[in-house]
Amino acid sequence: MDVLSDLVQWLTAPEQWSGPSGIPVRTAQHVWYSLVATAIAAVIALPIGVVIGHIGRGGLVAINLSNLGRALPSLGIIILVFTLVGFGVVPVLVALTALAIPPIVTNSYVGMRSVDRDVREAAEGMGMTGRQVLWGVELPVAMPLIMAGIRTSTVQVVATATLAAFVGLGGLGRYLIDGFAQRDLPQVLGGAVLVAVLSLITELALGRVQTLVVSKGLAERSAEAAVGAKVQKAA
Amino acid sequence: MRRIRLGSAAAAVCLALLVAACGGGDDALQGGDQSGGDQSSVIIGSTNFPEQLILAHMYAAVLEKAGVNVTTRLNLGNREVVFPALEKGDIQLLPEYNGSVLSFLDPDATATTTEEVNTALAPLLQAKNLVALDASPAEDKDGWAVTQETATKYNLRTLDDLKPVAPQLVVGGPAELKTRPAGLPGLKKVYGIPDFKEFKALDPGGPLTISALKNGDIDVARVFTTQGVIADEGWVLLEETKPLAPAQNVVPIGRTDAMTDQVKGALNPLSAKITTEELTKLNAQVDVEKKDPEQVARDWLTQQGLL
Amino acid sequence: MTDGTPPVLAAELVRWSWIGDHLDDIRDALVQHLQLTGLAVLFGMLLAFPLALAAIRWPRLYAPILGFTGVLFTIPSLALFILLIPFTGLQIWTALIGLTMYTLLILVRNMVEGLRGVDRDVREAAQAMGYTPARQLFRVELPLALPVIMAGVRIATVTTIGLVTVTALIGWGGLGQLFLDGFTLNFPTPLIVGVVLSALLAFAADLLLVGVQRGLTPWARGGGS
Repeated sequence: MDVLSDLVQWLTAPEQWSGPSGIPVRTAQHVWYSLVATAIAAVIALPIGVVIGHIGRGGLVAINLSNLGRALPSLGIIILVFTLVGFGVVPVLVALTALAIPPIVTNSYVGMRSVDRDVREAAEGMGMTGRQVLWGVELPVAMPLIMAGIRTSTVQVVATATLAAFVGLGGLGRYLIDGFAQRDLPQVLGGAVLVAVLSLITELALGRVQTLVVSKGLAERSAEAAVGAKVQKAA
Repeated sequence: MRRIRLGSAAAAVCLALLVAACGGGDDALQGGDQSGGDQSSVIIGSTNFPEQLILAHMYAAVLEKAGVNVTTRLNLGNREVVFPALEKGDIQLLPEYNGSVLSFLDPDATATTTEEVNTALAPLLQAKNLVALDASPAEDKDGWAVTQETATKYNLRTLDDLKPVAPQLVVGGPAELKTRPAGLPGLKKVYGIPDFKEFKALDPGGPLTISALKNGDIDVARVFTTQGVIADEGWVLLEETKPLAPAQNVVPIGRTDAMTDQVKGALNPLSAKITTEELTKLNAQVDVEKKDPEQVARDWLTQQGLL
Repeated sequence: MTDGTPPVLAAELVRWSWIGDHLDDIRDALVQHLQLTGLAVLFGMLLAFPLALAAIRWPRLYAPILGFTGVLFTIPSLALFILLIPFTGLQIWTALIGLTMYTLLILVRNMVEGLRGVDRDVREAAQAMGYTPARQLFRVELPLALPVIMAGVRIATVTTIGLVTVTALIGWGGLGQLFLDGFTLNFPTPLIVGVVLSALLAFAADLLLVGVQRGLTPWARGGGS
């Protein structure tokens, strides 16, 4: 197919790989927006999810509030913040952070709650303080789910960071918007492929991190089964 | 099991309502009348900057007054997106600029004056089942603006002055500026201006470009000569000593089968009255005073006795 | 990356008169948004169902089906819409095909997981009772799989409501059109109206679907939420 060969040509052309509008620079920008947004989101969302999960109260409120966050349209937020603040990174970071918060809050909360009551009582019976239970027992058990939340967030953010191009910034979305405006289909395709690949790499890389971070005694399966049951109950 | 039946029934009712809403003649879902058979209805489209919205609302208002059924699908994107929609029949009428359409359809065209452009354009349009109605005296040309500070610093008054300093400057405009004949390629070909330091793809003289020029994120901005913000900000429009783009008269372009005598009878008198000064004033009302384009269009039409 | 003077005065944040003048446009945008979402989820369900059944019947198909729909999901929505334009133009099909592709992944995954989650004992009991496979499917397995399927429908619906706004970039965005208008005119009111309404819409749709689910699965109610 012509389109495919055009695409390959575009991807392999040397000018694509150098300069301020080259693939490396744009990928770096894209990764930067995504990482910063997810990091800010994690800093905000993790404490909330973990603390509420630890206390065991306010869960419903937290989950519903974060669901509300999921309902906010990213493009709208970007444009809105741009109109208020002007040209720059802020609109994009605000929108992406808002997008990244809900999965982290929800998963952290559910993860913390999935610790068996018996296990918690046993730990308390052993004389562990609340804080020790939190760090020594609950967090390790909740880790698979917390990591799953961070993974989901990050992948979503990477896919959505394409919108940064809409307000004149860089990132891989630039190829989509510019290609669209210039009627350059190979450019659009190239951008799409690059974002898809980046999303997949992110997903896989975080999967690796997850295996490293989850303590050996806990199989991911049992935690996922717990989630499955929780999801069915919560849904 | 009865509960499931009830639930399914409820779901079915919801679906039925949804489908009914679809077929309810609501023009929200109507894509367009591709057969163009119904001669007293027109779908008006527009590209994505305020002047287009004003013009489209003007067309809509006078057509409605003439008894034509009007649907508007505005703010759709740039010409590269919207013109093919016209060719396909998804929309039937566009406010356009004769020179730009000529370059779009024939990048090698050499016509420059209004008459030459119109003559060259007619057969190209006919081949696509399109026709241009009467053109207005009003012209909206592409302009290149710099801030007062930049103009003073690099001694810029005409486009020729850009030649020695371009590699130090960042230029911003819509993404298509990179490829359009009247854009960066044109600067190179006609004025011999070398590549700029960087090209930032923003928007057609819209909020991104304006904001970027104000903040110094770009040094040179592609704007429209009729934009109110230029005067408002005290920007300098670099003079064109050699024609970069041909004449750019505002002209309605529509599908031949939709441009009935009724439609022409309504739009031609309107086009005759649109001048560059009037258009610039209207743009300022929307750009600077933030008035609503439809309201601005209607008020002006009433003033002109067309409504 | 400088932040210059804000392009718009804060005092003009919401021009209520604009809202009053444009109620028609707002209503049209809302209706279009609902129609696009409803149709996308509906088509998604219609397509996902046979795919899910195939994945159950021939388990080897599951991985490729999941893989294929998964890849579709990573394609940025903007790109998908743009790529469809040369084929389907600015008609509604461009938007619908793109939107449906995204609901497809979520729905297939949840349908398969839901159906698989039905206890083998229950299935065997039904077989023992002489249920035909079709009857078994509709009378036993689907109802039991409903919570997980509905969870998928909820996620798909809320996601689609968000995606429809991106569709505005190709002319079919429902409330997203309000964003674009606010952007082109550099005027926050339509923007704020669009953002608030789409958030409310997603929230309301979610609540509605929870209600539908409770209605369809009364036996699950005792299990806490």
